[in-house]
Amino acid sequence: MPIAWPPKLLRSPAVRVGLSISIATGLYGVSFGALSVTSGLDFWQTMALSFLLFSGGSQFAFIGVVAGGGSGLAAMGAATLLGMRNGIYGMQLNVLLRPRGWRRYAAAQLTIDESTATSTGQTDPAEQQRGFWAAGIGIFVLWNLFTAVGALAGSALGDPKQWGLDGAAVAAFLGLLWPRLKGREPVAIAVVCALATVLAVPFVPAGVPILIAAVVAAVIGWLSHGRKDEGLEPDIDPYTERHPGHHPGNGTSAGNGINGTNAGGAK
Amino acid sequence: MSLWVWLLLACLFAYAWKLVGYLVPASLLQNPRMSRIAGTMTIGLLASLAIVNTLATGQALVLDARLGALAAAAAALFLRAPFLVVVLAGAGAAALLRLAGWN
Repeated sequence: MPIAWPPKLLRSPAVRVGLSISIATGLYGVSFGALSVTSGLDFWQTMALSFLLFSGGSQFAFIGVVAGGGSGLAAMGAATLLGMRNGIYGMQLNVLLRPRGWRRYAAAQLTIDESTATSTGQTDPAEQQRGFWAAGIGIFVLWNLFTAVGALAGSALGDPKQWGLDGAAVAAFLGLLWPRLKGREPVAIAVVCALATVLAVPFVPAGVPILIAAVVAAVIGWLSHGRKDEGLEPDIDPYTERHPGHHPGNGTSAGNGINGTNAGGAK
Repeated sequence: MSLWVWLLLACLFAYAWKLVGYLVPASLLQNPRMSRIAGTMTIGLLASLAIVNTLATGQALVLDARLGALAAAAAALFLRAPFLVVVLAGAGAAALLRLAGWN
């Protein structure tokens, strides 16, 4: 990647998309920070999740299980299973970006829904590079900053229920799920897994129903033959707002380039 | 074991998933079934987390103000509100319903 001066960098469409997605994603780090400290984690545990784990869905899953009285093992299990998709993203990005040396280890940490979507939504290899790093670094910095703000504000709030923070957690999970419900099949998967969860709650320890739902979802994925990129949509699609016509809404846009259509042109 | 240990293990495994995509030959992972499972599991886990945080209190199923939060969040998402507004709608609905006396 050629070194460009900042004015030139800011004219890159991928960098602009990366920075706007960074602000949108970073801001909701506030809700993660506040929910985490009211779930029973302390400030440094909250920061460790944003700094080291750095994957919104998995972080919310970890604190969601702890808040519900689940064990640390169940929290770790839910977070780890939810992180599997990042491995698929890493595989795509490795083909597109071919990072070498230390950059490979840095790229791995920055591999999340939004940086992947920003990169794979571009067709020019140099723009794919810029998009990935702009979104990845931008989100990492802002997400951690706003997690700290949220954690400090959350611990000053007093009774979390009075402020409806348990309702905020419900809304956050629905918000993460929503963009992935494109079409009948993902909705059916969501309904079946929600039902399996509700049926399991009275019979197994807290946290375990979530892992049961994961097994049900994995079995559905193993047996069925739907879209292979189903569920691999970003929480906030970097390209829907800017190019409304660009996104057909059935998940086959370049923003979800798991099908590898971009891969051939990346050399 | 303390929560710190599980937390750091979760961080370690999260990084391991991310790194594996870069280190393992693409041919090993380009199995469409693995992509399918990663995707369906993401949907299943998020649906499960949403419903468990709405209805479960320990091992009991309870209908309370969190149900209003779920409805408010769904309405906000239907109206294409940004993520942060969705979260605030959920919190606001639960807080207002509690204020009105529904726990």
